[in-house]
Amino acid sequence: MTTTTSTALDLDAKLELYRVQVALRQFEKRAYDLFLENYVKGTSHLSLGQEAIAAGFAAAMRSDDYTFATYRGHAHTLARGVPMTPVLAELMGRTNGLMAGKGGSMHLTSVEHGVMGSYAIIGAHLPIACGAAWSAQYRGTDQVAVCFFGDGSTNIGAFHEALNFAAIWKLPVVFVCENNLWMEYTRTTEITAVPNPAADRASAYGLESIIVDGNDVDAVYAVASAAIERARAGEGPSLIEALTYRHGGHSRADPGKYRPDEEVAQWLAKDPIPMYHARLLAEGASEELLVQIELEVAAEVDRATEEAKAGPTPGADLLMKDVWADGGSAWRN
Amino acid sequence: MAQLTFREAISRGIAQEMRRDDTVLAIGEDIGAAGGVFKGTVGLFEEFGPVRVRDTPISEQAILGAAMGAAMTGLKPIAEIMFSDFFAVCWDIVVNEIAKSRYMTNGQMTFPLVIRSGNGGGLRFGAQHSQSVENWAMMVPGLKVVVPSNALDVIGLMAAAVRDPDPVIFLEAKSLYASKMEVPDGDIVDTLGSAKVLRQGGDATLVALGAMVPKTLKAAEELAAAGIDCTVVDVRSLVPLDTTTILREVAATGRLFTVEENPRLCGWGGELSSIVSEEAFYDLDGPIVRITTPHIPLPAADALEDMAIPSVERIVATVTTSMGA
Ligand SMILES: Cc1ncc(C[n+]2csc(CCOP(=O)(O)OP(=O)(O)O)c2C)c(N)n1
Ligand SMILES: [Mg+2]
Repeated sequence: MTTTTSTALDLDAKLELYRVQVALRQFEKRAYDLFLENYVKGTSHLSLGQEAIAAGFAAAMRSDDYTFATYRGHAHTLARGVPMTPVLAELMGRTNGLMAGKGGSMHLTSVEHGVMGSYAIIGAHLPIACGAAWSAQYRGTDQVAVCFFGDGSTNIGAFHEALNFAAIWKLPVVFVCENNLWMEYTRTTEITAVPNPAADRASAYGLESIIVDGNDVDAVYAVASAAIERARAGEGPSLIEALTYRHGGHSRADPGKYRPDEEVAQWLAKDPIPMYHARLLAEGASEELLVQIELEVAAEVDRATEEAKAGPTPGADLLMKDVWADGGSAWRN
Repeated sequence: MAQLTFREAISRGIAQEMRRDDTVLAIGEDIGAAGGVFKGTVGLFEEFGPVRVRDTPISEQAILGAAMGAAMTGLKPIAEIMFSDFFAVCWDIVVNEIAKSRYMTNGQMTFPLVIRSGNGGGLRFGAQHSQSVENWAMMVPGLKVVVPSNALDVIGLMAAAVRDPDPVIFLEAKSLYASKMEVPDGDIVDTLGSAKVLRQGGDATLVALGAMVPKTLKAAEELAAAGIDCTVVDVRSLVPLDTTTILREVAATGRLFTVEENPRLCGWGGELSSIVSEEAFYDLDGPIVRITTPHIPLPAADALEDMAIPSVERIVATVTTSMGA
């Protein structure tokens, strides 16, 4: 396990990491409530408990770097600076949504923030992240692509194609496996040939085996910074396995009952946010300041909820738009 | 003017665009120094070097994923899938990712990329290296589908495909790679979505695509000798589809025959029949007839493959019978 000293960031930067994690947490709790109230339709996959990974990586990225996320992508999208209102409105299928309601929870994208999409077919976005990294390499822009995926995703072919491809072309891409121990309803170790689904595969692609405590945002930030720096310096890809746990079920109203109570309890005790709260106090932050951050975030979530609910539902004008670059959908003359 | 093979036209078309625009890159298996399995990229590596003409591993998902990621960030990749049958191992990237991402993101992204692929039968390669997959691609919203039938069109349509801001599936009929024609010098740029009337006749309209075009032209000559004068339309582009030209030419003769290499079910001719029935029914003087490969996997033996894919003889016989001659 990679450990870090907590000297890499000053207190202000750490307070910002705290704010981001709290924002991700409160946003998704609200999204879940809105789902139960039938404002959020379809499906949604929450990162509750996994916030430190999105927060730590986003802090280590340059504003023009690229994020590639999965269907569990609310946190990664928000962490890059996308405002809450369009994300929540997208979940609710409103025209003020990030994609005017045409993508939904699983496909959050904000090109202006470097969020190059959230992908709902397991593994597909690893090769696509390679493409963005190849493009940055060719254009000589020093941009880096960071690609997040789950433990279960290491067993699909696209994972292996992408790792080899990135390695041979020395692409500036960082692959981040969020190992939350579960692939939907099956324990990943039961369906994987090695105990650490990403780290144990790294050597097959000539990469270092890297495991980080994904619930420690400082540790994540340190590992992320090193991997991103390496990619930017032209030294090629990295594969990072971040150990974490989702507090809730896989999706929607899944209660996650297949997980042993002791396991859930053990991981709830390692909740990244209270842990960081305690660390910040120990490092000199005041309780009042931390509470103030929490209250500010709560107000932001309330405001976003009202704004999203006030958004109009999409009309027929959007239905036939933007299949093609000319804005239309004509397939014949 | 120069005599050019269909395969030489591919590299000429790509080179023309790569010289014009340094964001145009080519990737694929064996496309570099080897010049491609079908020799469709000969000379590109020598002219543009290993950075712009890049060999890949046997990783079709990585090839197309890379093309997609590059296209969404400002490049114009031309990716090769060696045999179109191999689309089956990377179809997710084509259908779920490339085709849908512009729509899903409410137009935030564009995908100016070309996927070229050797398509169709005639080479006795058997069922896994001979399929005509134009119908797979045509039925997916968000993909443009281009199928040239001769060297001149290869160059012009390749240029149009590269310049088009949307993803284009560019299917190269393997049985045409060695075909030759006179091609003018200089840059050639065509337009997507334009069918070409190759021959005008008053009795029936034969609409064909890709490798079926030269066969249909040959059949039309034989039919003319027997007193049935046919119009021949080369569709060239399934999406966008030039229905204006096709409907006009069907109305002019009152009869429509489609000549399709794809297996029968859901071939492009089925869609065309539906359009013509809905919009030109009262112009028809007889039933629409589809001439296709039967609904079977393609056999390898030359004798069997020749029976399966529409032949000049089958076209002549079918038209003759249907015209009641
Ligand atoms: C190709 C494909 N197969 C199956 C699924 C269904 N599916 C959605 S999420 C998921 C589990 C993925 O687990 P993991 O990679 O660990 O990510 P997590 O959900 O834990 O974040 C599965 C099987 C899918 N979306 N795509
Ligand atoms: Mg998982």
